[in-house]
Amino acid sequence: MTRYESLEASLGHTPLIGLPKLSPKSLPGKPAVRLWAKLEDRNPTGSIKDRTAIAMIDDAEKTGKLKPGATILEPTSGNTGISLAMVAKVRGYNLICVMPENTSIERTQILEMWGAKIIYSPAAGGSNEAVRVAKELAAENPDWVFLYQYGNPANTLAHYTTTGPEIFEDLPTVTHFVAGLGTTGTLMGAGKFLREKNPNIAIIAAEPRYGEVVYGLRNLDAGFVPELYDASVITRRFSVGAEDSVRRVKELLEVEGIFAGISTGAILHAALGVAKECVEAGVGADIAFIVCDGGWKYLSTGVYGKEGDPEVLDGQLWA
Amino acid sequence: MSAPTIEVRIPTILRPFTNGEKVVSADAADAADLAQLISALDAKFTGLGERLLENGELRRFINIYINDEDVRFMGSLSASLKAGDSVTILPAVAGGC
Repeated sequence: MTRYESLEASLGHTPLIGLPKLSPKSLPGKPAVRLWAKLEDRNPTGSIKDRTAIAMIDDAEKTGKLKPGATILEPTSGNTGISLAMVAKVRGYNLICVMPENTSIERTQILEMWGAKIIYSPAAGGSNEAVRVAKELAAENPDWVFLYQYGNPANTLAHYTTTGPEIFEDLPTVTHFVAGLGTTGTLMGAGKFLREKNPNIAIIAAEPRYGEVVYGLRNLDAGFVPELYDASVITRRFSVGAEDSVRRVKELLEVEGIFAGISTGAILHAALGVAKECVEAGVGADIAFIVCDGGWKYLSTGVYGKEGDPEVLDGQLWA
Repeated sequence: MSAPTIEVRIPTILRPFTNGEKVVSADAADAADLAQLISALDAKFTGLGERLLENGELRRFINIYINDEDVRFMGSLSASLKAGDSVTILPAVAGGC
């Protein structure tokens, strides 16, 4: 069924696409190691964050936290804000996003297009600063509704009830699930669901490693671990820098024709690393990974071009 | 010929302990695992160990990676090391999205 009552209703059920050329060749006589990309750019506003945003707003309406005409406040580096901005526009809420100043220009343009107001947080400290500023604003403005994706169980639940089951339905033989580590909602929710179905599944986190500016905290106590994070769900966790991420996102484009955002390159890098280990060990694997969004919002960085230099991402929050 | 080493990347916030050095190295013979590496670094850069550990565990807001993999999923302080490994220390920050 591809007819929906509204844009929001078309959320999820994104395609899981095989990567026959990028999947590594198995050793002679050994089972196949296959990579599968879940294209989350096929969501209403073009990213996996539509799942989180709609779930958090639905939950806030249900619990009576969110009343007609209310103002929503959210720290975001872009995608969650964009998803919330669309839903807020359609359902009649105001949205204020706290976003680090070092993000791509397209994110600001899209947020403003849907009528969101943006408060910029300092580049140094990256999303930590956005979270800190948003928490302060929430305390100062108790009439604003603070959804807070880093600590809102509706975020994890969205992936437990949709992303995870969709992957399992399409690929019951899944052996590895690889996703980005941001709010941790995707990994916690889908990871928990998939492990309930297959206790032996490997849940792999790919964490973007930014340039130094983003780690420029005033002190170590300003570090941040999302409230949703539960390390017991994760099997392994990789830190992937801009150079590897850009190389992989270009490979995905050139070899399989998929045009993804830069954070997907980090996820693919981890997925390919795990795939190589499986080939070397002579074991079969079905590795599902998340394509968080398309590459459109990152074109202004110039990294997709032949001369694209990952160093331009040095001071930016690229995931 | 110099001794086989392990390279350690130091985040800005901890560079006051390493005289501003961004990358430091430890003799692989003194660092069979992460706990030993931290002791070896602390011997050279006094006070660094205390910034990384609390009550004998990694501090909550410190992440350490061996060849880009998070040590907390590799046995934490008992994660083994060998010559040529690259270790990265970073403060925990919120991811994107």
